[in-house]
Amino acid sequence: MARMKFLCDAERCIECNGCVTACKNEHDIPWGVNRRRVVTLNDGVPGERSISVACMHCSDAPCMAVCPVDCFYKTNEGVVLHDKDLCIGCGYCFYACPFGAPQYPQDGAFGLRGKMDKCTFCAGGPEKDFSEAEFKKYGRNRLAEGKLPACAEMCSTKALVGGDADVVADIYRQRVMARGKGAEVWGWATAYGKPEQKAAPQPGGKS
Amino acid sequence: MRKLIAAALAAALTLGLAACGEKTQVTVYEPGKYKGKLDAKPWDNEQFKGNQAAWEDAVKARSLAQNEYVRTQQ
Repeated sequence: MARMKFLCDAERCIECNGCVTACKNEHDIPWGVNRRRVVTLNDGVPGERSISVACMHCSDAPCMAVCPVDCFYKTNEGVVLHDKDLCIGCGYCFYACPFGAPQYPQDGAFGLRGKMDKCTFCAGGPEKDFSEAEFKKYGRNRLAEGKLPACAEMCSTKALVGGDADVVADIYRQRVMARGKGAEVWGWATAYGKPEQKAAPQPGGKS
Repeated sequence: MRKLIAAALAAALTLGLAACGEKTQVTVYEPGKYKGKLDAKPWDNEQFKGNQAAWEDAVKARSLAQNEYVRTQQ
């Protein structure tokens, strides 16, 4: 069974925000809600790097752990989704999420916080597939159409890759081999450290 | 004097056993269970007609198409 993941290649991302636009357009996202954002590190400095960030569909998702009404669930494909009918918009998941993925649309006359909205990996939600209710609450269900998320498929430089984690890892591995560098950017050593071979910090850039 | 000793012993016994009734103050967190509506499988629709293998093939083909090294070397 596939385990869906996103990966953003900082060497390729050109901060065009095409992924953000594709997401907003695909799901008819309201003003003020950004399921996906492009974050730039060392902006303006030569060697700046950008990455596209949304819900990372964590294997051990902290949003699921803190939700007081247990509205989160994980599909067999590893996609973290939630039931908006249960969500109370408390904001716990926002504080728990390390990526700032949960978003809250303005709701009501005084700008009250509405029900949480986040990236669904274009997998819709717990409503009948392709129904109006599903689109209205969660957006388009591309995964049920046999397609990948719009952001990844729209990415012009293919910096943002999505899909089965094994395939994504293979694609990235091939790129790193072709480039001859970059394995240290996303990998074991970055996550867990490698004391015997510490990469020297480079001015202005991440890689 | 005996009464005093007996009272002291009774008090010591009561105080000594008081700790036995103490309840643990460590909270054990248990993961919650999803309480919402059930979601259909992505292959349970008119396009794939419940054929999981066909759906997986379609998604895999899309995933592999993201690798332009494969596309340009064809």
